[in-house]
Amino acid sequence: MSLETEFYFPSLGLYWIIIVLMMIGFYIVIAHGNLVKKIVGLNVFQVSVFLLFITMGKVLGGTAPILKEGVSTYSNPLPHVLILTAIVVGVATTALGLALVVRVREAFGTVEEDDICALENDA
Amino acid sequence: MKEKIILRVISKFLIPYILLFGLYVQWHGDFGPGGGFQAGVIFASGFILYGLIFGVSNVRTAVPSAATRILLPLGVLGYGLVGVMGIFKGGNFLDYNVLAAAPTGGQHLGIILIELGVGVTVATAMITIFSTFASRAELQKPRDEER
Amino acid sequence: MTFTGLAIALLHNLFAVVMLSSIFSLLGAAVYVALDAVDVAFTEAAVGAGIATVLMLGTLALTTSDEKPARPLQVLSALIVVTGTGMVLIYGTLDMPDFGDPAAPIHNHVAPRYLGASGEEIGIPNVVTSVLASYRGYDTLGEVFVVFTAAAGVLAILGRGRRPKRRPKRKQNMKEISS
Repeated sequence: MSLETEFYFPSLGLYWIIIVLMMIGFYIVIAHGNLVKKIVGLNVFQVSVFLLFITMGKVLGGTAPILKEGVSTYSNPLPHVLILTAIVVGVATTALGLALVVRVREAFGTVEEDDICALENDA
Repeated sequence: MKEKIILRVISKFLIPYILLFGLYVQWHGDFGPGGGFQAGVIFASGFILYGLIFGVSNVRTAVPSAATRILLPLGVLGYGLVGVMGIFKGGNFLDYNVLAAAPTGGQHLGIILIELGVGVTVATAMITIFSTFASRAELQKPRDEER
Repeated sequence: MTFTGLAIALLHNLFAVVMLSSIFSLLGAAVYVALDAVDVAFTEAAVGAGIATVLMLGTLALTTSDEKPARPLQVLSALIVVTGTGMVLIYGTLDMPDFGDPAAPIHNHVAPRYLGASGEEIGIPNVVTSVLASYRGYDTLGEVFVVFTAAAGVLAILGRGRRPKRRPKRKQNMKEISS
């Protein structure tokens, strides 16, 4: 419990860190032509959204939402549920994206967006 | 990676415990952190470790692709079936109160069945995805050598 | 964590990028524990640091492990877009409730009911499980269907590898036609 009170962020600073992370992910997605790197960027973006949800669910002085005698303050369980399922769904969709990347590589011989566009224009 | 003896020995030692831990997380999800999603992923990661060290064909002998293909929809169907059971017993879709005599008993039963469905689907989905990728890699190797 | 993210953005060796993204997930899991989301941390550690990394390495084995550096014009325009969006988002956070404030709207809607009544209604100590499987059963059913569909999609895209057999045949046909 003592850790909870020492562990204090400037009130909005944590949101700003999350936004910086989100923008890094966004930057990777739009600035890089490599499809694998784009998917990594999407993952970074995704994790930042998860963090945003979990951050909003936190109550200062609360504990993990597992009911126990003598504890009255819990963090909000609802964001935890949503993000828990979202992570597993996220990895499944990431796998689908990676599968598409593999097929793109087999069809075009490259995973760089520019090269694919050039090949398309030639054909 | 088959020839690395440390990896072989350690992973042989670890895999049963990973699977056991997966089962523990599956059935203990009501009382501590855990549940179907985590259990499925942990259970699958045991098989994935096995596949990484000993090759995907060995995973395919342990879990034939027919088995994953049957279990994958079976988890989803089991989930849906528990919901439909609620209708037959006179409640709403996914209403577990009516599944047993006492409402909390029904809730316990419903949650355990549903977590089982989730766990089965997630585990088989992860194993399917991994082995598809890995067997694709094995297919591609000889083709690259041809080039 | 932010530094790891920056390193991911700047490195060009995809192998290093994938490893860094694994570390990134692990750090994320640590943050989740600090924010009381133990279930989420559990999942993130198993999924993000474990399975996602293995899948990405598998993809790298099937493709290349180096990327071409981005063009300067692209980088500049991307930076402008990203900074603009970031500014708008930071302006948006000024209206957000303080971190960990128990009076925030999110804690005063359905959460108190879940926390207060689930002990008697469901009889399970882990509120996350009871919300996941019972109160929001439809939601979870949908998520399970998404996982199922994604696995089926991967099977449809990559499964069974019939193409390698067909390909040489087609080349042969082309040769026959051209000759």
